[in-house]
Amino acid sequence: MQKKKLSVVSKIYIALILIFLYAPIAVMIIMSFNKGNTMAWKGFSLKWYGELFQNNVLMGALANTLIIAVLASLLATVLGTAAAIGINNFRGKTRAVLQNVSNIPIISPDIVMGVSLMLLFSFLGVIFHFEMGFFTVLLSHVCFCVPLVVLNVMPRLRRMDPSLYDAALDLGCNQWQAFYKVVIHELMPGIVSGMLISFTYSLDDFVITHFTQGAKFNNLSTEIYSLLRRKIPPTINALSALLFLAIIIIMVLINVYERRAEKRAAKLK
Amino acid sequence: MKKILSIMLCAALTGTTVFALAGCSGGGEKKQDKGEVNIYNWTDYVSRGEYDLMDVIDEFEKETGIKVNYTTYETNEEMYNMLKQSNSSYDVICPSEYMVSKLIRENMLLELNYDNIPNYANLSERFKKLSCDPDSKYTVCYDWGVTAMVYNTKMVKNKPTDWDALWDESLKGNILMFNNSRDAMAVAMQQLGINPATCTKEDVDKATEKLKEQKPLVKKYVMDQVFNEMQNNQSALAAYYAGDIAMMMEENEDLDYCLPASGSNLFYDAMCIPTSSKNKENAEAFINFMQKPEIAAENFKYLRYGTPNQKAIELLDKEYTENELSFPSDEYLDKCYVFSDIDDEVYAYMQEKFVEVQAN
Amino acid sequence: MKSKKLSIPYIIWMLVFTMIPIVMIGITAFKDSHGNFSLEPFMKAFGYTGVFLKSLWIALLSTLICLVLAYPLAYLLTRMKKSSQNTIQMLLMIPMWMNFLLRIYAWMILLQKNGPLDTALSLLGIHGTYIGNTGAVVLGMVYEYLPFMVLPIFTVMSKIDGGLIEAAQDLGSNGFAVLRKVIFPLSIPGVISGITMVFVPSASTFLVSQYLGGTDDIMIGDVIDKIFWTDQSTGSAISLILMILIFVFLVLMNLFGDEEAIA
Repeated sequence: MQKKKLSVVSKIYIALILIFLYAPIAVMIIMSFNKGNTMAWKGFSLKWYGELFQNNVLMGALANTLIIAVLASLLATVLGTAAAIGINNFRGKTRAVLQNVSNIPIISPDIVMGVSLMLLFSFLGVIFHFEMGFFTVLLSHVCFCVPLVVLNVMPRLRRMDPSLYDAALDLGCNQWQAFYKVVIHELMPGIVSGMLISFTYSLDDFVITHFTQGAKFNNLSTEIYSLLRRKIPPTINALSALLFLAIIIIMVLINVYERRAEKRAAKLK
Repeated sequence: MKKILSIMLCAALTGTTVFALAGCSGGGEKKQDKGEVNIYNWTDYVSRGEYDLMDVIDEFEKETGIKVNYTTYETNEEMYNMLKQSNSSYDVICPSEYMVSKLIRENMLLELNYDNIPNYANLSERFKKLSCDPDSKYTVCYDWGVTAMVYNTKMVKNKPTDWDALWDESLKGNILMFNNSRDAMAVAMQQLGINPATCTKEDVDKATEKLKEQKPLVKKYVMDQVFNEMQNNQSALAAYYAGDIAMMMEENEDLDYCLPASGSNLFYDAMCIPTSSKNKENAEAFINFMQKPEIAAENFKYLRYGTPNQKAIELLDKEYTENELSFPSDEYLDKCYVFSDIDDEVYAYMQEKFVEVQAN
Repeated sequence: MKSKKLSIPYIIWMLVFTMIPIVMIGITAFKDSHGNFSLEPFMKAFGYTGVFLKSLWIALLSTLICLVLAYPLAYLLTRMKKSSQNTIQMLLMIPMWMNFLLRIYAWMILLQKNGPLDTALSLLGIHGTYIGNTGAVVLGMVYEYLPFMVLPIFTVMSKIDGGLIEAAQDLGSNGFAVLRKVIFPLSIPGVISGITMVFVPSASTFLVSQYLGGTDDIMIGDVIDKIFWTDQSTGSAISLILMILIFVFLVLMNLFGDEEAIA
């Protein structure tokens, strides 16, 4: 397609959409510097940031969120990669069925999945005497992460030349080496992106955690949820501002890294 | 579905980028010799160091070396369901009187060893034998209060005097109503001249109709979001708990209160130990700590609900003790009813009907 | 590498964490409060037909608005330089990475009485209420899900062969005709996946309406959340109905999508 300069109208349109997307965030960031603890502007202050860092509950919830996200994405990656390879070796109907079942957590509404897992865990909990908490949340997160990994690894598997593995064997690798050095190496980009997506999904999840958290465990989302149901403390604005900053930094880093990688690739050519 | 998109996005944007996650400490819990105690309390019910008050949980941990796991609920029902369904073990809960009755009836509470709670002596006599626990075996009263109304003087022209203000057409879209079945139904029943403490299923049906009639006027059904709404002049009139209203009025001088002329609901919340408790002695230590006069006073300043702790009241300034939102007069209390024990079926029916009000 | 065994752990996993929970919902939905077989939960669930319809209506409106806003944007994106494309795409995604609840809360602040929007419009002499109505809920949904509409459409559009467009232009089509006769038909698969990705989550979401809507805007997700803690049977029945509706919708979209792709 030919790339023409965009007309003024088009530019205004894009600008309006971006304003729509960023206005609420901007308002929140501005309010985070408000001295008063209501909406009325009472002057500039950093005190809410101070309170935020002293808030053990929020900081604990943040730690929980990160721990769950790391563990869930790692577990899901191992389970999902193995599953993708295995499923890929099935043929015909079996394979289609397996893939469809695997996709159920992705296409069913979050709330239905949350509710169904809660039923499962409270049923099992009575039998095996455990209470919902860290582990049930972790298991639930793995549940919606594995299909994401499978979906990411599958296309790579399809594109992979199956004779590569045999070639490696012929060249003297044992089965494990061939698997590790050739197969996993080939699948790596899919595995990594599956893991990253799992990680971000786990970080952002509210609904599933809400139904499987029990009463003692909170991640950041559920903690924010309970804050929003109360006398909303202004620290929440400070929290948003900092999260926003963190996201921007991560995005910029990713972009810089990619630019460099592109340049390097260009030089090699 | 959202997920599928993100896969595309992430794959496109991040490619093969890996970023390592640094500084994720956590995991290794520091086990202290004194063990732990799992507190399951109402949200914002103890002072946690805001408004320049003491963080009483920190203080408890420092003094006793017991680690506190503090979690919160917003309604008695939420707490009850969690006790029943999550197989969770808690050491201290703080139900209201009717929930205490229910829990006692279902054998879900442990008897307290009052020898471990010497500060129980600080409570004034009338809070020692609550009607829900007449022999004082299971409970230590934590606070008490009444339901009332708060309104914004700039938005409400006629000073409200009774619950009927919540059905005032001129305030359409500016009224906030309780988002829990018991309090909302009770208000409607009082409007209809029914005593909520002894209501039947038919009464619930009538109250349901009354609430449906009110619904078009209501802006939102809220619990603690009411603070945000009233303090920031978002709504004109709300029904809520008197102690909280005292708190709101401090943040916004346009707010005033009304103790409904026909009376209201008098409630007690009491600390109890559920049968799932695994740290009973620590739980008693916590309950005892909460009744230390200076701690109870600090919690009072934060919460503004009446404290049963006589020694704490003696520590408080007059401006607090003379506020009838925190300490309504005895004459007013005579007009109030107490939910002591509601029949299970009526109660379940109430909850069901309240969802119906909200949904249809 | 040829081994199917690698998938065994996951097959067991799916059985335990996907199939059994769904079966449990199915069983619970047919139980009364005493645990006997009963159709009562479904009778109760049908009492919420109004809420179902309202949710579908809100989801439909949100999807349409997203489509109307997103389509031109996606088109404009394809006409940009690669670097600006990346920048805009990134700008679209950043708000999505903010916590879902914080984004909704941000709108609560922005829309509230005497809030920034109200103050600004009052200066212009416009007075109104911007929160506590269906409009605010739809706005919230559009905000949540707009990027889900833009990006799939953009992805599909950017793959359209430039040669086709040039050919059309050489044959005398003006800009609008090219858009209508070439670009639009070819972008349909993107539109379809965009619609699915906006419609499904917005029909089943909860909380958005609690924060931005009025008392009439309760959605089916909110009902499930409210009811499930006290009455699991009715909650399960509603969940089951919701799930079936969503699956029917997906199947329809798939059929529609395939046909269009062939045509």
